[in-house]
Amino acid sequence: MFKSLLALLLLACALTARAAPDPALVRQLADDDSSVKVAAIQKLTQTGDPDTVRILQAMADDALALAGGKVLIVDGDKAFDAATGAPVKAPENPESITVNNRIRGELANALAALKLFDADPAVRLDSAQKLQSKVSAEMSPLLAKALEKETDAKIKALLTLSHAQANLANADPAARLAAVRALSGSSSPSVKSLLQPLTEKAGEADSKVRYAAISAVKSIDGRLSMTENLGRVFSGLSLGSILLLGALGLAITYGVMGIINMAHGELLMIGAYSAYATQSLFRAYLPDAIDWYLPAAIPLAFFGAALVGVVMERTVIRWLYGRTLETLLATWGLSLILIQAARVLFGAQNVEVANPSWMSGGIELMPNLLLPWNRIIIIGFALFVLALMWVLMNRTRLGMFVRAVTQNRAMAGCVGVPTSRIDTLAFALGAGIAGLGGLALSQISNVGPDMGQGYIVDAVMVVVLGGVGQLAGAVWAALGLGVFAKLLEGWAGAVIAKIVVLVFIIIFIQKRPQGLFALKGRFVD
Amino acid sequence: MREPLIFRMLSALDARARLGVAAFLAVALGLVPVLHLALPPESAFHVSTYAITLLGKIMCYAIVALAMDLIWGYGGILSLGHGIFFALGGYAFGMYLMRQIGRDGSYQSDLPDFMVFLDWKKLPWYWTGSDSFLWVALLVVVVPALVAFVFGYFAFRSRIKGVYFSIITQALTYAAMLLFFRNETGFGGNNGFTDFKRVLGYSITSSETRLVLFGVTAGVLALTFVFARWLVASKFGRVLTAIRDAESRVMFIGYDPLWFKLFIWTLSAVLCGIAGALYVPQVGIINPSEMSVANSIEIAIWVAVGGRGTLIGPIVGAFVVNLAKSWFTVSFPEYWLFFLGLLFIVVTLLLPQGLVGLWHTLRRAKGART
Repeated sequence: MFKSLLALLLLACALTARAAPDPALVRQLADDDSSVKVAAIQKLTQTGDPDTVRILQAMADDALALAGGKVLIVDGDKAFDAATGAPVKAPENPESITVNNRIRGELANALAALKLFDADPAVRLDSAQKLQSKVSAEMSPLLAKALEKETDAKIKALLTLSHAQANLANADPAARLAAVRALSGSSSPSVKSLLQPLTEKAGEADSKVRYAAISAVKSIDGRLSMTENLGRVFSGLSLGSILLLGALGLAITYGVMGIINMAHGELLMIGAYSAYATQSLFRAYLPDAIDWYLPAAIPLAFFGAALVGVVMERTVIRWLYGRTLETLLATWGLSLILIQAARVLFGAQNVEVANPSWMSGGIELMPNLLLPWNRIIIIGFALFVLALMWVLMNRTRLGMFVRAVTQNRAMAGCVGVPTSRIDTLAFALGAGIAGLGGLALSQISNVGPDMGQGYIVDAVMVVVLGGVGQLAGAVWAALGLGVFAKLLEGWAGAVIAKIVVLVFIIIFIQKRPQGLFALKGRFVD
Repeated sequence: MREPLIFRMLSALDARARLGVAAFLAVALGLVPVLHLALPPESAFHVSTYAITLLGKIMCYAIVALAMDLIWGYGGILSLGHGIFFALGGYAFGMYLMRQIGRDGSYQSDLPDFMVFLDWKKLPWYWTGSDSFLWVALLVVVVPALVAFVFGYFAFRSRIKGVYFSIITQALTYAAMLLFFRNETGFGGNNGFTDFKRVLGYSITSSETRLVLFGVTAGVLALTFVFARWLVASKFGRVLTAIRDAESRVMFIGYDPLWFKLFIWTLSAVLCGIAGALYVPQVGIINPSEMSVANSIEIAIWVAVGGRGTLIGPIVGAFVVNLAKSWFTVSFPEYWLFFLGLLFIVVTLLLPQGLVGLWHTLRRAKGART
C-alpha cells in the first residue's frame, strides 16, 4: 500500500519540475562510512526539500540501493533514480545500503524534522513539539525555512524558540549575538530560561554575547513582571469577587439589623454543600448532563441557605434585637451547630466538587498569563449577583422597605413598613446570597464542614471597611482588599500579606469608624 | 499610715466571700496535695495527676474568665480576641521553659529544637534574657499590657465600641495567629513550644512541681478574685459601670471614659497574660491555635454561662463549661459542638444573667413561696 502511494508521489514529483536534491549528496547516502552517511542525511534534511522525505523514507524502509554509481529507490520490480525521481531499469544485482542503528536514529530525527513541512497543521505542531528537546546548531537553516512557510501562530511560536535555540548553539559568536538580540523582544519565560545560561561565564565564553544576554534577560524580566502584575490584579479581582459574594449578604443583614451574623460562613458552607449534593444527584440520575449540575444547583443553594437563614432569624436572632453583643455569641453558637451538623451529614472530610468541563482551561493572554475560566466565570457571577441585588434594592418595593428600615427603623415602622417581616426577608435574602457565594466557592476551594470559618473574618472585614447600608461600600472594599492583598502577596508572601491587610483595616477603622461609605445622618446612642 | 492594699482589699469582701476564699484556698493548698500524695492511687479519694492538671488548667481559664468579666461584665466591652493576651503570656513564659530544656532536646543544642531544625545559628534578639526567670516574669506582664495599651488607646480614642470593637479584636487576634504560625516568627511555628523538661531547675513532670504550680494558680485565682471584688466596689468600678450603662452621660458629667476603659482593658490583658504563663507549664504546650477565633469566643461563653457582671459567675462558668467539655470530648465527642452551640444560644436567649442569675431567681421564688 505504502509503496504504491510512494510510486504515485514519485510520479507527481517527476511531473512537476522542481529543484531536485543534490545528486552528490544523495550519492553520499550510499557511502561506506557511516559518518559520511549521517552528514549527508543532515545536509539533505536542512534543505527542507519535500523530495528528501521520500529518499530518507526509502532509506529507512531499506528500499535504497546502489547500482552503477547511482542511488536508486527500488520498489518491487521497478526502480527510480533517488536524486531525480526518474524511472530507471531495475538493476540486476543492486548493492544494498547498510542502515545501522545510529543511522536509523538519525533518519527518524530527520523525518520528524521534515514533518515541519507537512500540509497538516496537526502533524507540523506535533513535529515542532518533538523537535524542541533535540535542537542542534545544524538545524538552524531548516527551522528558518520552516518558520518562513509557517502560518499557524502556535507552531510559529514554537519554531521561533527552537530556531533561536539552534542559533544560540552556533559556534560563531556573531550568530549567537544576533540570536540573543532577536530574542530580547520576547516576553516568554521559556525564552528567559533559554538565555539564562548564557549570562554566565561557564555558559558563554564571548563577553559581548554574554552582556547582550544579560540585558536581554533583564528586559524579558521587565516584561514578565509586568504581565505578572497584570496576573496579580486579575487574581485580586477574582479574590475580590469572592469576598464580595461572601460579604454582600452580611452587609445587608448588618445594615438592616445592626448585627453581625457569625454563622454567615456556615451559610456559605451550605451553598457549597448544595453544589455537592446536586452533583451527586446528577451523577446518580443524569450522568449525561453532569456538566450542567452547577446551574441546577443555583436555586438549591439560594433557597437552601435562605431557609436556614429564616429559621435562624425566627428562632434566635429576632429575640436578641438591641442586644448586638449577645447576638454575636448566639450566632456563633448557631455556626458551631451547623458545622457539626454538616460533619454528621456529610462526614468530617472535605468532599470533592468537580469543575464542569466548560469551566476548565482558560484564556492565555500572554505566554505567562493564563486567565482560568473558573475565575472569569466567578467574577461574572459576582457581577450578576451584584446587579440582581442592585435591582432588588433600588427598584422593588421590598428593596425600598429594606432601605427604609436600614436608615431609620422606628420611623419606617411608624409609616407602616412591617419591620419584623422585612427583617426576616432581608435576613433570608442575605443568607441566600451567602449560599450563592458558597456555590461559587465550591468551584475553587475545598468544600468541608470548616470552610465557613475561614471566610467569616474576611467577610466581616469587608463589611466593616465598606461601611453600613450601601452596596457600593461593600463592592469597593471587597475589590480593593482583593487586589491589595494579591499585590502584596507578590512581594511579601501570602501570610504576611494577610496580616498587613488585617492591620491596615484595624488602623483604617481608627481613622474612619464609619467605614468607606457612611450613611449621612445624625445619630445619638 | 494607710493599711496595706491587701487588707483594704480583704475588708471590701463581706464575711461570706471571705469564708469562701478561705475555704477554696484550704482545699487547693491543703486538701488536694494531701489527697494526691498521701493516698494510694487505688483509693476512691485519691486525686490523680490527670485531675490536678485538669483543675489547674481550668483555674487558669477561670482567671481569664474573671479578666473577661471585668471588661465585658463591668465595662460593657466584648472582646472576641482575648486569646491573644493569654497566648502572649504563655509564649513569654514558654520561652523561659524552652531555655530550661538546655541541651536535653533531641538535637542536644543550646538552641531550642525548632531553631536547630530551621538551621538558625543564634537566638533572635527578642529571645535575649529569656533564660532569666525574672525577666520572663516581667515580659509576661509587660508584653500583653503593651499590646493592649497601644491597641486600646487608638480604639477607645476613636470611640470604637460595640460590635465594631469586638470584630476588630477578633481581627487582631486572627492576624497574630497567622503571624505565630510562621516559622520565621521565631516561636516554633505550627507546633509552638512543647517538650518542656524543667521549671526553675525542678522537673516539670514531678508531682511536687505540679502541686506547686497548682497551688500558685489557686493563689493567683483567689488574689485576682479579691482584687476584682475590691476594684469593682471602688469609685473606679462605679464609674466603669456607669460608662457601661450610659457612656455619653458619664462624659457630660466630666469624666473621660478613655482612661477608665483603657485601664480596665490593659488590666484584663495582664491578667490573661499571667493566666497564660501559669497554663503553659501545667499543660505542657503552647501553640498558635490558642489565638484562634473559636478559642477567644469560648472565653466569652464561660463568662456568659456563669453570669456576667458578677465575680463568682465567671469562675463558676469556666469550671462548668470546661468540665463539661472534658466529659463530652471523652464520652460523646461528636456531640460536644452541638452542646456548646446550644449553650451559646440558650444562655444568650434564656439566661442573660447566667447560672448565678438563675440561682438568685430560684432563691427568690423559693423565698416567695415560704
